[in-house]
Amino acid sequence: MNTAKPVIEVSNVRKRYGSTIAVADVSFEVKDGEIFGLIGPNGAGKTTTMECVEGLRTPDGGSIKVLGLDPFRDSYQLRDRIGIQLQEAQLQKRIKVWEAVYLWSSLYRKQKSDGDLLLAQLGLADKRDARFMTLSGGQKQRLFIALALITDPEIVFLDELTTGLDPQSRRAIWDRVRDIRERGKTVLMTTHLMEEAERLCDRVAIIDHGKIIDIDSPERLVNRHCLERTVDLATEDEAAETVFRSMPQVTNVARNNGRLTIRGNGEDLVTNVIRCLSDNRIRVTDFRTILPNLEDVFIKVTGHSIRD
Amino acid sequence: MRGLGNLIWLELKIFFREPMGAFGTVVAPVLVLMMFGRIGTRVLPRAQSAATAFFTVDVPVFVAILIAINAVASLVAIVSIYREGGILKRLSTTPLKPHTILTAHVIVKLILTAITLVLTFLLARNSILTQSKIPLASFMAAVLISTLSILSLGFVIASIVPTARFAQPITSIILYPMVAVSGLFIPLSSFSPTFIKVAHLMPLTYAVSLLQGIWRGQPWGAHVGDIFALAAVFFFCTALSTRIFRWQ
Repeated sequence: MNTAKPVIEVSNVRKRYGSTIAVADVSFEVKDGEIFGLIGPNGAGKTTTMECVEGLRTPDGGSIKVLGLDPFRDSYQLRDRIGIQLQEAQLQKRIKVWEAVYLWSSLYRKQKSDGDLLLAQLGLADKRDARFMTLSGGQKQRLFIALALITDPEIVFLDELTTGLDPQSRRAIWDRVRDIRERGKTVLMTTHLMEEAERLCDRVAIIDHGKIIDIDSPERLVNRHCLERTVDLATEDEAAETVFRSMPQVTNVARNNGRLTIRGNGEDLVTNVIRCLSDNRIRVTDFRTILPNLEDVFIKVTGHSIRD
Repeated sequence: MRGLGNLIWLELKIFFREPMGAFGTVVAPVLVLMMFGRIGTRVLPRAQSAATAFFTVDVPVFVAILIAINAVASLVAIVSIYREGGILKRLSTTPLKPHTILTAHVIVKLILTAITLVLTFLLARNSILTQSKIPLASFMAAVLISTLSILSLGFVIASIVPTARFAQPITSIILYPMVAVSGLFIPLSSFSPTFIKVAHLMPLTYAVSLLQGIWRGQPWGAHVGDIFALAAVFFFCTALSTRIFRWQ
């Protein structure tokens, strides 16, 4: 359990645009050195919440403290200490990679990271003289990470960092985000990709319709909300179905084309199924376990899929 | 104003990386000046004094106004493209203050206006009919003052254009009618009283009066009213655009 002090404190933040309520009532704390994720579908209020924390939008109500500062009132003091990557941002089409890094580093008062070293770490060293418009989606995102890190900030904000990227670029960027944490920085990120949240975040806040439904580590959220485990196996044994149905934990057994899908509750379901196979000498040609993930947690707590 | 110098230098470099844009900005006014110059020297008889006045004073002033309007149109286009692409928002996440970003763009446009003006009069100097010595330094200063004043109007336009696609047509719709009633082509005295009042509400009318006077060699003192009006437009439009400007 991370007992570090909170560096971001958000309590009862509300924001509406006209008659649309973007953020209904959001409270959470982000601790020093952790990767904290706001997860939810598009339009859930993740970006609005994040932009209020960054000081880019004023909330209608509630209070926010970032590194002990008010992000809106002390915005210029704060901007020297944080790094921001925005969703769907662009730069001047004909700006060169090194020029962007040089411009950004000239805007801050404090000690800067070495721009060329940063580009090398992000795999952009050979793109130093390339114009922004010639970069691929993944390269642009890595440049935006470089710009967010150029002042060696204490907190890094990453908004939908890998949206629209191919799986390979996405994995490369995940490694870079882990590097940020290794350097002792705090990361507040938003994502609608549950896999991304599971792989990167120490803790996540599930947000839907502008409200936070639950906050914890991905693992604890799964254990809290989704006790169901599933075993999928292939067997020609006709008696197997009846045997599994008689197990106390099992809630459902479905047969389909020589495969059995066994659903039940409790972490020891898998162990008990294996024991049952052994005790009854049931021959299987394939065996898979399906564990619930954040996606299942999301459906369970919100009543709908994240893609709806 | 941290970062202002870097931003100006970078925006200038980026401007010249777009060859068509840079070429068009300089070439269009040169062509206009040379074309009128040829008509003035070859086609029309020199004896007609009205025509001579037109070619010796109005054409150079028209070209200067053209350069200023180009600067405004390009400012409006750049600001709206930067806003639509999220570049303004991206810059606003840094310690850069919004007015620094806008100041950088105004200075870039003034520098480009000065460069274009110098190049135009160098390249087309044989085409300009002159009766006496032209106070080029003063004229340059007058063009920059006029441009600055109209640029502030450009910021008001940039604040209201919904998308980058509309930037060009809206700028034209607002600025070109101002040229028509500025007294450049038709003397203000030949307008009806109502029309004269309308003309005096337009910043370009004062710009034209200032440029014509300075080109003719009149002293600055004779144009305090014009400068005052251009300054008033600048302060009013700047104040207005800081209220209505949208970053995203």
